[in-house]
Amino acid sequence: MNSFKGFVIKELYHIFRDRRTMLILFGMPVVQLILFGFAIRNEVNNAYIAVLDLSKDDVSEAIVNKLLSSGYFRLAEYIESEERIEAVFRRGKVKEVIIFEPQFAQRLRSEGTAHLRIVADAADPNMAKLLVSYTTAITNGYAQELGQRASIVVVPEVKLLYNPELKSVYMFVPGLVALILMLVSALMTSITITREKELGTMEILLVSPLRPFQIIAGKVLPYLLLSLINVLSVLALARFLFGVPFRGSFLLFMVESLLFILTALSLGIMISTVSKTQQAAMMISLGGLMLPTILLSGFVFPVENMPVPLQVISHIIPARWFVVIARGIMLKGTGLDYLWKETLVLAGMATLLLSISVRKFNERLQ
Amino acid sequence: MASEPVIVARNLTKRFGAFTAVDNISFEVMPGEIFGFLGANGAGKTTAMKMLSGLLSPTTGEARVAGYDVFTQAESIKSRIGYMSQRFSLYEDMTAWENIRFYGGIYGLRMDAIRDKAAQLLGRLGMEHVRDSRIGALPLGWKQKLAFSVALLHNPAIVFLDEPTGGVDPLTRRQFWELIYEAAASGVTIFITTHYMDEAEYCGRVSIMVDGRIEALDTPGGLKQAFDAQSMDEVFVRLARGAQYAE
Repeated sequence: MNSFKGFVIKELYHIFRDRRTMLILFGMPVVQLILFGFAIRNEVNNAYIAVLDLSKDDVSEAIVNKLLSSGYFRLAEYIESEERIEAVFRRGKVKEVIIFEPQFAQRLRSEGTAHLRIVADAADPNMAKLLVSYTTAITNGYAQELGQRASIVVVPEVKLLYNPELKSVYMFVPGLVALILMLVSALMTSITITREKELGTMEILLVSPLRPFQIIAGKVLPYLLLSLINVLSVLALARFLFGVPFRGSFLLFMVESLLFILTALSLGIMISTVSKTQQAAMMISLGGLMLPTILLSGFVFPVENMPVPLQVISHIIPARWFVVIARGIMLKGTGLDYLWKETLVLAGMATLLLSISVRKFNERLQ
Repeated sequence: MASEPVIVARNLTKRFGAFTAVDNISFEVMPGEIFGFLGANGAGKTTAMKMLSGLLSPTTGEARVAGYDVFTQAESIKSRIGYMSQRFSLYEDMTAWENIRFYGGIYGLRMDAIRDKAAQLLGRLGMEHVRDSRIGALPLGWKQKLAFSVALLHNPAIVFLDEPTGGVDPLTRRQFWELIYEAAASGVTIFITTHYMDEAEYCGRVSIMVDGRIEALDTPGGLKQAFDAQSMDEVFVRLARGAQYAE
């Protein structure tokens, strides 16, 4: 046990004495959070719309004004016929076209319903979805002002009950936690192990009485602890910088994070067994783990919007499951009773990957 | 010497698939001996050394190191041997003391023992003043001597030195060999690989591997006589020229 403690202390020296490691470990999460939080927003902000008003009455005019005054939309132009819709989209500026059916106000008053069609540019499915739901929300709000009997029929596509303001940063933060954990845990573990190989000190460790699993555990434990600290700091930052709520059980969140960190660490160990140099380890970690984590986890692009083959592949991305869990706990306050399936998958992945990586590490000695 | 050999290898063989890296080698090494293990790159030295240090299981044959069987008691062997490679094996971002404490720790030495050993060792090397300097800041020769002393920290029966003097100037090499002699005189067996033929002359006995086999094994003087050569260099070149796999 004494030798193990010494091992962990040694590992901590490596971390705290290497500026590059410290920067990746603690600087990167902050930068990423700020970048994703501020720069890459999915929020609707001054989106251009075109209006095809076949009714031209007081209600349609009022709705358009309501939309424009919300701050989310800006009027590009009024168009005169349906044929123009495609052309308007093709020019690229307009993101959404709103079509009022003829006698809009009249129908609304006499029959109680009127139809409003929304055509959104599907080139950007996320944005399209957002625009539709914003427009729906605003027109429904207007209908309510008119009174109980009036209803404007729009196709309600999404209902984001838990994120009523549709703040994308809320959706990003849980994914970002996954990304940062994957990055720090997998990347740093693979680098720290290959570094020992490069320096030749790995041989020394291997000929020592330390068992292979002790070597792995000693190298991984410091990163496990630092990753957990990272989770806390990202959560704190998200809270105070972006006001992201945390509705669920904190303990559950930390346990789930631990599971996810274990999968990431195992992946890091596996990468280190196949790469000879730190650069190679870094490249594999970035290309093989970072990109799938960003693209296929549902962190930026909703999994439901992906083509089916990618949806299938996304199942093997640990982050996909963790993102669902993290969003559930943070934004909805969901507990284990709803998240048990995801948790089980994650736990299975952690066990499987950990045993494979330890075996691979042992095999390398043969 | 009346004592038992500390390394016994009999018909030791290691195959990787169809490739035979070490082909049926047999030898014995006595305690306190300086045993030179020579061979061109790819001749199988590293594989043989890995088997003797408990890192690799032999395919066939038998070997006992420090009284333990390489097949069944590899873990016991590990605690009785020291190892140093040409890449120094000390952590550059840690101080001399931190390195000593770390290695003492992984060999299970108690803290007070480590402290005593460290003071002794640094005193003998005249390096007390760099106790708290990072290894990275020390000259190459110092690092190397320190690494050697650290490999001896847990009083191993045998020290395996894998090209320990690579890239070091002749004067430093000479000083390093003084340390090796000192250790051997105190009863530690030295098992050393090297590419420097002048160093081969310093060894008690020398074996030369070619294509996985030990082609020659004798004292440097005996080898020179047998091959009718002026120097070890000549002996080596004559043997290694016949190799198939060597680079």
